[in-house]
Amino acid sequence: MQWDIVIDNFPYLLWGAYPEGPLGGLALSILLSIGGIFGAFWIGLAAGLMRLSKRWYIKYPSVVYIEIIRGVPLLMLIFWFYFLAPILLGKTLPEAESALVAFIVFTGAYIGEIVRAGVIALPKGQMEASRASGLTHLQAMRYVILPQALRNMIPSFVNQFVSLTKDTSLAYVIGVVELTRAAVQINNRTLSAPMEIYLTILVMYFVICYVLTALSRKLEKKMARYQARG
Amino acid sequence: MAALRSLFYCFEAVLNYTFDWNKVLSGEYLDWIISGVGVTLQISAVSLAIALLLGTAIAVMRMTKVKPLIWFSASFTEFFRNTPLLVQIFFWYFGADSLLPRFALDWLYEQDFEFCAGVIALSVYTAAFIAEEIRAGVNSIPKNQLEASRACGLTFVQAMRYVILPQAFRIIVPPMISQALNLVKNSSLCMTIGVAELTYMARQIESYTFRGFEAFTISTLIYLCISLIVSFSINFYNKRYMRAVSY
Repeated sequence: MQWDIVIDNFPYLLWGAYPEGPLGGLALSILLSIGGIFGAFWIGLAAGLMRLSKRWYIKYPSVVYIEIIRGVPLLMLIFWFYFLAPILLGKTLPEAESALVAFIVFTGAYIGEIVRAGVIALPKGQMEASRASGLTHLQAMRYVILPQALRNMIPSFVNQFVSLTKDTSLAYVIGVVELTRAAVQINNRTLSAPMEIYLTILVMYFVICYVLTALSRKLEKKMARYQARG
Repeated sequence: MAALRSLFYCFEAVLNYTFDWNKVLSGEYLDWIISGVGVTLQISAVSLAIALLLGTAIAVMRMTKVKPLIWFSASFTEFFRNTPLLVQIFFWYFGADSLLPRFALDWLYEQDFEFCAGVIALSVYTAAFIAEEIRAGVNSIPKNQLEASRACGLTFVQAMRYVILPQAFRIIVPPMISQALNLVKNSSLCMTIGVAELTYMARQIESYTFRGFEAFTISTLIYLCISLIVSFSINFYNKRYMRAVSY
């Protein structure tokens, strides 16, 4: 057992070469997942609401988007954006940015499904009552349906955030120095303590994800009390 | 097909990139893709079989009244569900050899070690999810069904066998199928340790021919076909059988 290797390199696992070099390690993983979930929220909201529309030209683009993204491994998407960006933009995008785009597009599809399920789960009477009180469809969505539905969705968003945090490890394959790649680099440099290094980062990921999962369970219990019922 | 072709023509015009499908879809590169699909399906099938057994065992442990078993199964599911699969793969591939005895290692190195490490990681990860699905399925059957069957004179095992499990099974099947689908998608991560599955082959063709677009399009379409077939079958199953579940 050579835990001293882990202890010596722990700052590198936490924030990479930060003060001297670029930010990396756990800090970059967290930044990627927070940036990813923020971007994905707006895309997912749009996709979820579009999928509920009755007009085919609004509904089907979102159906196609959601079904394609959910049917393809994230690793594939990361490669796609990594190879596509130079052709589309005419210049190479930094690895972290192109991974972030892949995370946003990927998670957006899953959030779209959460939004759709959340809106459907509200009792029909809510929409009917708001239309009957003279709100337009858009106003009813904005002021009556979404405030309730989004609040009910918070636990699912937290779960999605947890799986995105786990998925940021895939940015490793295109060379982003987040937690997993930082660990691989340390392992390649020292070559004598792979078990200790990988166990350490497993525990680091676990602490973050478990705390968030526990939080979402607690929220779920709390939310159940305030739900409007049909 | 014509629509697809014209889409590609538009793409070529916009991107100033000429597709060359023949290069990727013939000769040895086609063989690579086919063997990649084979390895993907093989590693998924082996892992799924192990994961089903392991997951059922873990779920049963969780439902017993023995405290140590409950703690073990709870920490197993929590730990493996809350850590990234990629790191688990690295752990089993690079790190686990210091945990295993010498003779087991010798045996493993004689086999295809990458494949074995991939199977271990995938099946343990999937087992944690499957255990939770099974537990949720059994818990979703209202308690009074068990009480009613006991009151009718069935023993506990009979009540489980004839009343609870047939219903729970119907509820468990769809999430189980989507776990299997996730497993197929997750198997793509095994490329990082050198298992020659579909994504690995696409990457390989990209670096041999610089035809990354074509290689990734084809492998994406293959993954998509697998997923769409499975999700259609889930929808069919839900329409056909789920109405019979009582609440």
